[in-house]
Amino acid sequence: MATASEDSRSSESAGPGQEDGSKLGDRIARVALVGNPNTGKSTLFNALAGLHVRTGNYAGVTIEKKVGRCTLQSRKIDLVDLPGTYSLAPRSPDELVAVEVLTDDLVNEPPVEVVVCVVNSVQLQRNLFLVSQLLELGKPTIIALNMIDAASARGITIDVERLSKQLGVEVIPTSASKRRGITELKQAIERHLSDSPTGQTAHIHREQTLPKNFYKICDELREGLLQHSCISVSASGESGGQSGNSTRPGMPSLPDDYLIQRMLLDRGGESERRSIRELGGGVLPVLSAARQKVADEIGDPTDMECNARYAWAREKLNGVLGQSGQGSSSATDWLDAVLTNRLAGMFLFAAVMFLIFQSIYVLASWPMDIIDGCSGWVTDLVTSWMAPGILRSLITDGVIAGVGGVLIFLPQIALLFFFLAVLEDCGYMARAAFLVDRVMAMFGLSGKSFLPMMSSFACAVPGVMATRVIENRRDRLATIMVAPLMSCSARLPVYLLLIGAFIPATGVLGGWLSLPALVLMAMYLVGVVTAIPVAWILKKTILRGEVAPFVLELPEYKIPSMRVVFSRVWEASKAFVIRAGTLIFAASILIWFAGYWPGDHSRQYALETQQESLEARLEAATGDDDQDAVEDVAAINAMTTELESVQSELQIVSAGLLEGSSLGRVGHAIEPVVRPLGWDWKIGVGALASFPAREVIIATLGTIYSLGGDPDEEGLAGAMRASTHPDGSPVYSIPVALSVMVFFALCAQCVSTLLVIRRETNSWFWPIFSFTYMTVLAYVGALVTYQVGSRLF
Amino acid sequence: MTTLDQLLPGQCGEIVRIDGVDGIASRLREMGFIPGESVEYLRRAPLGDPVKCSIQGCRIAVRSGEARRVQVQPIG
Repeated sequence: MATASEDSRSSESAGPGQEDGSKLGDRIARVALVGNPNTGKSTLFNALAGLHVRTGNYAGVTIEKKVGRCTLQSRKIDLVDLPGTYSLAPRSPDELVAVEVLTDDLVNEPPVEVVVCVVNSVQLQRNLFLVSQLLELGKPTIIALNMIDAASARGITIDVERLSKQLGVEVIPTSASKRRGITELKQAIERHLSDSPTGQTAHIHREQTLPKNFYKICDELREGLLQHSCISVSASGESGGQSGNSTRPGMPSLPDDYLIQRMLLDRGGESERRSIRELGGGVLPVLSAARQKVADEIGDPTDMECNARYAWAREKLNGVLGQSGQGSSSATDWLDAVLTNRLAGMFLFAAVMFLIFQSIYVLASWPMDIIDGCSGWVTDLVTSWMAPGILRSLITDGVIAGVGGVLIFLPQIALLFFFLAVLEDCGYMARAAFLVDRVMAMFGLSGKSFLPMMSSFACAVPGVMATRVIENRRDRLATIMVAPLMSCSARLPVYLLLIGAFIPATGVLGGWLSLPALVLMAMYLVGVVTAIPVAWILKKTILRGEVAPFVLELPEYKIPSMRVVFSRVWEASKAFVIRAGTLIFAASILIWFAGYWPGDHSRQYALETQQESLEARLEAATGDDDQDAVEDVAAINAMTTELESVQSELQIVSAGLLEGSSLGRVGHAIEPVVRPLGWDWKIGVGALASFPAREVIIATLGTIYSLGGDPDEEGLAGAMRASTHPDGSPVYSIPVALSVMVFFALCAQCVSTLLVIRRETNSWFWPIFSFTYMTVLAYVGALVTYQVGSRLF
Repeated sequence: MTTLDQLLPGQCGEIVRIDGVDGIASRLREMGFIPGESVEYLRRAPLGDPVKCSIQGCRIAVRSGEARRVQVQPIG
């Protein structure tokens, strides 16, 4: 623990949040950002933190946290972005963590020193509900009165000074999208941090919004729990949590005052569940008695709370709103009339989805060509510098063919994330949920499942985590089970490779739509169409229960914030490149090794040297104009013949080495299993190797075809097109390509997703279940595709 | 008195009470569905459900099942 600093330039003193030896002003203070959904919180977070954002989990729990480093005038702070919420009544573990962060109840987490609550100026009264709860926490709080420009545009004038005085906290008008008020907000945060210099929040005045009696009953409940926990400790001898509220060692923790209030107010809420978990079921009678007392003396707790908070909000807004302007925008209503129209709405929905897939194809082609060119250039460079040998094989066939083959898809992945972020930020995603809720409900899910499923199109990991917006446990589990069926960006490379190689780039419907884009969309639909019966069966069997409710705010449409969009694209691209640089890199090397060893490669290297020297001589001869023409042609013909024979021998030797390698042996061993799918052993090995991560298939095939002697055709797609069975028939046909794609569309080849499912469900049953059912589904799907397809084509 | 789902598109009603004390009732209350507040029924989703309404200047989609729990007194 740090010692108090003697620096006289600042009034700050070191506190528990400070690390040893750090100077004043170096201590990174924690500031939490909270707010209702759709208040521009993400835009504000980005405006404050820029790109200095890192995501992680809270220690010991799996709730994701986003932390942004923000530079103030004289110091740096860590800005913690909490999930958007209407209230601090925790109903899910996710919301409980948000509250525990705010009440410093989370073990091993530095305390939050200042809370910034982002409110929507257009809906001030509704947003003050959350503010009233925040002020009960007793933390230094700043209100960011966001979207102040939107309020003025609607004729709503807000007396900021009066609001600040009535609430008793500082209020800063901001417009995050226009980056107004950001400096003032930073200054306010700095002032509050100077007021609370120790890093441990001095418990300032807690606002008491609810009737006085209620707080009295809370105190009594606290005493009751304390007595109860003493008894349970002495009886069991166990020690519980480690909240700062517990003063005696070995005592189970008692939650913060605020959580005690929530325990009383929220029947069956997360606060109550936590208490039972930590203190035992014996707390229930104590709690019931306290609740009965609230009901007798004040009335129904839920009604009482909401009425009291809204009454408080009305009182605080007294004289603040200069003019009660039109709260909602007519542009949004006009757009909604079109976008959620019975016919136009559904048509536009389908059109938007198709446009995204079409754009991924069209827009990404030139950056992909650049990456492809670069990777080819690097390979040539390495080949020209190094003699054939194990190291050159490792670099060109292992690393460049593996990692380069995956990196080429970065532009498409960035585009996919770009479109998803735009749709979400402009407000269309909520409409999409509104449009499809009925359909989802028919299969036992809700419109809310649409959002996680849609994000699973980018990656199932955030998709599974996004299911936290679903309050109902069964709905949540069913969504988690089907989310990995949505075609994530890791499948995109597989589709693109196979479509590029085998689906002719012809136009359909008079050239308006391209066949490859249609096939790509069909691949995405495979997952969606399969998810429907899977969810339905789950909801009829192991997840049977009542239909869960659906309540969703439809935000105003707005022009998406490019900062928010680009920061998402940046994060996704960074994650993809890191994945390619680590997991795919390691897998490529392993696969290369398995395909290289065992075997004597000396003949191969000799042939490669001979081939390169012949190529060089041939190039020199054809490029030299001064030679006698007749002699030249004869010499060139002789060299060409020799080169062809060397190349064909090299191919036979390489193929033989690959077949005899560990990879080849495993491939042949599993061939009987993949044969009915129309696959050869190489595809089988690729699919097997890609169980940890789908992208590995590209790396594997890249390596296999490089090791196996690259035929004349350029690139992996060309090598695959030229690949033949021993009898000379081509390995790949359209049914084979479709069968591989369907397998990849349905299979659970992603360890990250399975681990996230494990974390989110806190059980091994669900990841094992999803892996099993998806693998079976993938095999059957690929089998049917090939068997039906090969009879049709 | 009627329920929210029974209002006509464009019709307003004053909230009288929300039936039930479960999580969804609390969520509705937190989102502004409190007695005395005026709610406007806007439209149904293309497939008939959920319904879109406006409360305190905010548009909220709720399924008919939930809208049925909101008791309202039609205005006008």
